[in-house]
Amino acid sequence: MEDKKRKKQKEKETARDRAPGERHPAPQLMAASMGTGEAASVRDIFSSMQYGPAPETPSIAQAWLSAHGRSLGHFVDGKWLKPEGRLTYTTKNPATGESLATTLQGEDEDVETAVQAARKAFESWSQLPCHIRARYLYSVARTVQKHQRLLSVLESLDNGKPIRESRDCDVPLVVRHFYHHAGWAQLRDIEMRDWKPLGVVAAIVPWNFPLMLLTWKICPALAMGNTVVLKPATYTRLTALLLAEICAEAGLPPGVFNVVTGTGAFGSRLAMHPGVDKVAFTGSTEVGRTLRRATAGTGKKLSLELGGKSPFLVFDSADLDSAVEGLVDAIWFNQGQVCSAGSRLLVQESVTSDLIDRLKQRMGRLRLGDSLDKAVDMGALVDESQQKTITEFVEEARAEGAEVFQPSDPLPRKGLFYPPTLITGVNSTSRCVREEIFGPVLVAMSFRTPKEAIELANNTPYGLAASVWTENLPLALEVALSLKAGTVWVNGHNMFDAAAGFGGYKESGFGRDGGKEGLYEYVRPAWEDPHHPNPGDVNYKTFAASYGAQLPPVPSQKEVSQAMIRVQEAEIPSVDRTYKLYYAGAQKRPDAMYSRPICNPSGKVVAYVADGNRKDVRNAVEAAHKAAPGWGKRAAHNRAQIVYYMAENLELRREEMAQRLSALMGMPVPEALREVDASIQRLFLWGAYCDKYGGTVQETLLYGATVLIREPLGVVAIACPDESPLLGFVSLFAPAIVRGNAVVVIPSEKYPLPALDFYQVFDTSDLPGGVVNILTGARDHLTKYLVEHQDVQAMWYFGSEQGSKFVEWSSAENVKRTWVNYGATRDWADLHQGAGEEFLYHATQCKNIWIPMGEIFAN
Amino acid sequence: MSARNPGTDLDLGWISRVQVNQPAVLRRAEQIQTRRTVKKDWQAAWLLRAVTCIDLTTLSGDDTASNVHRLCFKAKHPIREDLLRAMNMHDQGITAGAICVYPARVCDAVQALKAVGCKIPVASVATGFPAGQTHLKTRLEEVRLAVEDGASEIDIVINRTLVLTGQWEALYDEICQFHKTCGEAHMKTILGTGDLGSLTNIYKASLVAMMAGSDFIKTSTGKESVNATFPVALVMVRAIRDFHRKTGIKVGFKPAGGIRSAKEALTWLSLMKEELGADWLKPDLFRLGASSLLGDIERQIYHHVTGRYAAHHDLPMA
Repeated sequence: MEDKKRKKQKEKETARDRAPGERHPAPQLMAASMGTGEAASVRDIFSSMQYGPAPETPSIAQAWLSAHGRSLGHFVDGKWLKPEGRLTYTTKNPATGESLATTLQGEDEDVETAVQAARKAFESWSQLPCHIRARYLYSVARTVQKHQRLLSVLESLDNGKPIRESRDCDVPLVVRHFYHHAGWAQLRDIEMRDWKPLGVVAAIVPWNFPLMLLTWKICPALAMGNTVVLKPATYTRLTALLLAEICAEAGLPPGVFNVVTGTGAFGSRLAMHPGVDKVAFTGSTEVGRTLRRATAGTGKKLSLELGGKSPFLVFDSADLDSAVEGLVDAIWFNQGQVCSAGSRLLVQESVTSDLIDRLKQRMGRLRLGDSLDKAVDMGALVDESQQKTITEFVEEARAEGAEVFQPSDPLPRKGLFYPPTLITGVNSTSRCVREEIFGPVLVAMSFRTPKEAIELANNTPYGLAASVWTENLPLALEVALSLKAGTVWVNGHNMFDAAAGFGGYKESGFGRDGGKEGLYEYVRPAWEDPHHPNPGDVNYKTFAASYGAQLPPVPSQKEVSQAMIRVQEAEIPSVDRTYKLYYAGAQKRPDAMYSRPICNPSGKVVAYVADGNRKDVRNAVEAAHKAAPGWGKRAAHNRAQIVYYMAENLELRREEMAQRLSALMGMPVPEALREVDASIQRLFLWGAYCDKYGGTVQETLLYGATVLIREPLGVVAIACPDESPLLGFVSLFAPAIVRGNAVVVIPSEKYPLPALDFYQVFDTSDLPGGVVNILTGARDHLTKYLVEHQDVQAMWYFGSEQGSKFVEWSSAENVKRTWVNYGATRDWADLHQGAGEEFLYHATQCKNIWIPMGEIFAN
Repeated sequence: MSARNPGTDLDLGWISRVQVNQPAVLRRAEQIQTRRTVKKDWQAAWLLRAVTCIDLTTLSGDDTASNVHRLCFKAKHPIREDLLRAMNMHDQGITAGAICVYPARVCDAVQALKAVGCKIPVASVATGFPAGQTHLKTRLEEVRLAVEDGASEIDIVINRTLVLTGQWEALYDEICQFHKTCGEAHMKTILGTGDLGSLTNIYKASLVAMMAGSDFIKTSTGKESVNATFPVALVMVRAIRDFHRKTGIKVGFKPAGGIRSAKEALTWLSLMKEELGADWLKPDLFRLGASSLLGDIERQIYHHVTGRYAAHHDLPMA
């Protein structure tokens, strides 16, 4: 009796405390959601068949925190570092509000200490034999496994995610990453022999998968021989510190992996420290942009894994019940706080209402509760600010007239919870459809045909991930290849593995975490010295902004050398040759109708070339975009044939090219011949690569195929160097186009003529118009408009230190991939410098397609 | 038992649209085992509920009146009286859901249950159990005789040949005839899922069985190489859900074969609760076909009550 009364009382309280907007409470589920069934007897439960509390004990994590006095420092150089006088930050359990521990708000001096420790450690760590580094990583994997339970409990306490997820997903992936990368450490000198480590890596990671994502950074970094200074997110610092301690226990040498804690600004100071060679960041697109701008021109390597608004495409040929479960994995995993969350549901119109019905029913069975309850589907949001922005998004949609569906169970009374939410009746213009909400909120829209589905799916500045649901294999594969996203899952969502790189297209960032493709983020070409450019201040507003500023092209300004030929003993002027711009497969006059003089070493004008401007950039990019899709889809064999044909046609002009090169540069003819021959060879080299770099099969844990496809970027803009004006030009445009990109090339500003003589080679080699477009003019001026063009996917810049800085800074706006030389020259004739794997890396972006398999059953 | 399933017309269009993605089903089936758990009193209560859903089964060549008699007594007293009393559950009429035997043992079971004063139904397997490879005429006669002997539930096996050769209409017709012959007796339709070759076939066969008037669909005979697994169950309960949504008819589910541990029984219950809802947690819509499962549940209950692990001889054998 007593029990029943107490239970009733509880139910009353619960109803009172119901969250506003919850119109239809479902009392029978209350105790389940609330975990307040303490009063129930076996008899009551036998009739109600509710779930009860199933708590994982926090005692081991609490013991670890207590052992450190609930006050944690930095972990630097293999030991705790607690400098005096630091402010502290109190970490709370978001499910209960309980304080867990204090951590330090680091200051500049702490960055200094940590970077120094890492630099010192780098000297020995990078020199170790691969096998020894492999042993260390293996030992860390083993030691982490021994402390799995502690790590997952602490992670759930700190972040609010359900223990089921930290136990079954986060921590096993952490272990897997260490094992996988212990393997890469062992194989580095074989598999990555043309590369070397960078030095000190600053890793900055977010709060949604605090431990897992930091592992994605430190594993490849350490495996390649770098050392790391990590800054965890403010909200979630505990497991990073615990991992540092575990690494020390595993015997990892001091200084190899350091953890410092502090604010976002503190993270920027770490990134900016001159002793840091590389910044590896996962987080929001906004902060990614800030880091790109901050590190512009410094020579620091950067990889960004940013936000997303990933589409989840359901076709009428899909297993709808499985698609519904896929949505649970896609958007209610980790409370939707997943960068690859499938937050945009696109459903074929003919099955929309059926799918939405099934989905709503499924949503009603999701359980929210304490992160340490083993039987909850969703835990708490990480912080109040998160709860606030999610609420704002949803209320704005509601105000806009959207239908907002949330299951009727009341939320737990304490803690930062937000119910699973489905928004329908919105469309491509709504803010909740365009922007990343980073919460348990799904928006749904319909499409009519596969073509429209792909267009809607790609209609976003993001490109992190996507999933496609259908039992129709030709459809699944075509959609997977057409989606602009770094990961595409077929009939699944949010599957991860250390052997497959994860990362974005477009504004979701660049660089990959995991797989062999991820290793390139932590190495530089073996021949290359670290960059330490000193570009000084660059005024981004005015840089290269004025047109025709450098050389006002007026007649009689300079002596012009007249080209003459001898015809029947008489010297007559040769037919005038006008160099125009070249785009869309034809020569075009420049928009402004200006020309710029090109001089030989003795200062005589040897030719006038078109002086391109902003509008010429616009036209050339447009032409490139028209050509890019068809070119990318062409059979690789066909692309190879065209490139070989170019080599053939260049050889026909071998003598003439050499003569002109010699006259232009004032170099001896044999030397010019060598450059022409090297160019022919290079065309052959890249022609050979047309059908040999398409991708590979990744050995993930998936039963099925995980296929890495190296896709073209789209339109690549290239600013060529002044050295080796022919070979440099060929060395840059050829790898880009063999891998299916269309290019807009600015040839050497000083010596553009060899590139312009190439028009005839292109025209006679069956190269489709628009694949190679050439703009002459001022390198930096044209570069400015190319890098500022939102629809140019990458910018390769070989010019000045200032120009490099400008390109990197300006690329932040649409998170364009860049490749700049920081003003340094290279020996284009050298096979490593002029034609290494680096070129392929920059000419492609990696997409991993996950294709689960299985139909065989029993007999 | 819940209201009978009158059956519907055969809808071949619906059957042809069925899509089942096996890898996704396997993923969900894995998750079902980790997303929910019940502890302490909840576990005890859930286990007792599982007991009430057990079709306590003996289907052996060496079955005789004496072991059927013993089984019936166990069905009446599935959990030791003192253990139930300790949980204040002694007056809840906790018995097994039914006794399940071969047709030739139905009379023995009916008599034994009468003797022990237990009103639970006797279920008889029929229609050429387990393979179904006998003539339709004899299969129908088998049903008729089992009903005549007092079986109030008939666990028919379907003709797998018709599934593997895609003869859905013929399958529908056969099951309709069994349904008619069952009369008042409830019909549980065993798909023999381990023989059907694919999850898609299992889904389609489930639909045909429900359209033809099955009150329950049941996974397997226990004699196939693959029996009651969670992926199979998921496919079948999704078919039940779909059928309910489209027709309003609730059809029950009976996994059978290879279910042995108390822990599995809990997973089965949470699978039903998650996929179909609380209505499917009672014997009128859910049965567990098992023979050794009850023993493991009773051991767990013993431990829950006493804190000690039972020796085999502490608990009365079935």
